[in-house]
Amino acid sequence: MKRRLTWDFLMVRYPAFFPLILMILSIAINLFLQPKMFDRETLNSNMRVFLPLILLAVGQAIVLLGGGIDISVGGVVSIVNTILATRVGLDGSPEKMWQFVMISLLVGALAGAINGFFIAYLRLQPIITTYATSFLYAGLALFILPNPGGGIPSNIANLYRTSTPLGLPLAFYVIAILLLIWFYVSSTRYGKYLFAVGGKATAAYETAVPVTRMQFSIYVISGFMAALAGIAITMLSGSGNAEIGGQMTLNSITAVVIGGNAFSGGIGGVAGPVMGAMTLNLIQNIISFAHINTWWETLAKALIIVLALAVPGIINLIRRRRA
Amino acid sequence: MRRFTISPPVAALILAIVLFLLSGFLPNSYGSDVKVALSQATNILRLSVFLGVIAAGQTLVIISGFEGIDLSAGSIVTLTAILTYVMVKGENNMVLPAILVSLVVGALIGLLNGAGITFLKISPFVMTLGMSGVVTGAIIILNHGNVSGKVAPIMTRLIARPISPGIPIPGAIVIWIIFGVLMWLLLERTTFGKNLFAIGVNRVTAKLSGVNVTGMNLATYSLAGLLAGFGGFLLVGNTGVVLIQLGQPFLFPSIAAVAVGGTLLSGGKGSYWGSMAGAIVLTLITSLLTTMQMPDSVRRMVLGGTLLILISIYGRQQALRQ
Repeated sequence: MKRRLTWDFLMVRYPAFFPLILMILSIAINLFLQPKMFDRETLNSNMRVFLPLILLAVGQAIVLLGGGIDISVGGVVSIVNTILATRVGLDGSPEKMWQFVMISLLVGALAGAINGFFIAYLRLQPIITTYATSFLYAGLALFILPNPGGGIPSNIANLYRTSTPLGLPLAFYVIAILLLIWFYVSSTRYGKYLFAVGGKATAAYETAVPVTRMQFSIYVISGFMAALAGIAITMLSGSGNAEIGGQMTLNSITAVVIGGNAFSGGIGGVAGPVMGAMTLNLIQNIISFAHINTWWETLAKALIIVLALAVPGIINLIRRRRA
Repeated sequence: MRRFTISPPVAALILAIVLFLLSGFLPNSYGSDVKVALSQATNILRLSVFLGVIAAGQTLVIISGFEGIDLSAGSIVTLTAILTYVMVKGENNMVLPAILVSLVVGALIGLLNGAGITFLKISPFVMTLGMSGVVTGAIIILNHGNVSGKVAPIMTRLIARPISPGIPIPGAIVIWIIFGVLMWLLLERTTFGKNLFAIGVNRVTAKLSGVNVTGMNLATYSLAGLLAGFGGFLLVGNTGVVLIQLGQPFLFPSIAAVAVGGTLLSGGKGSYWGSMAGAIVLTLITSLLTTMQMPDSVRRMVLGGTLLILISIYGRQQALRQ
């Protein structure tokens, strides 16, 4: 039997369908306001700014899928940024840089493991636990680097900023690799378990899913992704600032939800959140290119985001009225 | 044998008292002077009032369950504080209209939150987060960088000053106690309260038992907005000045106060007494860390660590294996 391609079917089977429409729409508007958007230079300079939030959103997406939430990711970004900026320094050698990149990834995974330990093994509530650890991490970042400063060598930063293999921005390759990994993982047992735990943890437990270990692992993944985001944003800015990650946490959650993942877990994927993060960044671009009065910028951005969140619900309401 | 248990509000309150007594040993604290100790305690209580009132709305939405949370509370506080400041302009007879406007504006924003959550099925976290952005945007436009206004003498008199020269208790504390009793009546002695706990435990069974879940949801978020609006009014009465970031620092602490007070973040169980105790504990810890003159970085880490320990004591959820 051939399944009919209805709206309901699309929305349920492909949660990334609506975010795709949103992203295409925002690309179109952006292109209209900034005709040179697809030039190699412009495209790269946009994508390198977008990548940190995309990386963060991927980690957050995994956590939300598994039924949790991680509001400490911004703190991890800050820690990684301050570690790189203070330990590598503006005149550090490439070897030193890669060494501390590895250490940063370990630190990120460790920070995630701390969250995971409290949430999975001590069974604390995710929001409040990661809120508490966000203070620990943000405080630690500020301890490492009390005042903005330090940095990484500009030739290494340029590796991130200007490399365009085969004429495409570096970020495209990173996103492609992440999506490939996700498509592989979601078909493995781990992927099945992830959806099971996020859908209903008690039911998953009764069907012999290692719920505790799964919950632990999602926070480690999130910490690791936050460290990647921290590395990306450090290479982008080239300098250190302990407050750099603070604003990113809530954005990453918005990106994931705009990306079609259910906040309560168990529904969604990673492609949607990547598009959600793109859309959020594009909205920011649109606002700045539209020459809106500075006073109105915050309101305009917030209204667009609320609208993007509301549209699926509005469509459903109208459809239910008609039925 | 009965297991020894202690209710979270009491535990939090005992913790606050112990912490306060221990703080006497700190270098630049009250030492052995009882009078200074008392005035310091009153001062900390006075500061807790604002966090406590803002946590009231948060308590309601969290009890209502379904991942209920209100991230717009901080921006509502800022908005109504600015509205009050601009409306009152130092005139006593404008205080009542200002209170009314604060409550109505807060309730309207809350109603919008509730509508988005109930009808458009947006999760409370992102809906109220988005609303917080919208309100902040509106504040920036209203504000245009500077506001002119003034709080009325009667507000300062009622909120910040002692109730009478003989009794050194600030009016804010008295207001808070009355407020606490009203919140208790609302939660424990009204149909609204009963229904609130019912929808927090299980929406489906509540609906089947005849609870109007949609109406309850709208009412809860409107009420939460209204209480945040009241918080803004009180806060500006105490500070006497407004800033664009006045309310935001209270947002996540208000959630933490609710959690520390033993209210389940998954809903259906909790009390406002707990949130009051939580607000006192959090304010106490913050002001102790400030008195100890630690660098900001250490202060944040200690606050995070303390919060982790606090919630580890009784914030634990049930095990999967029963």
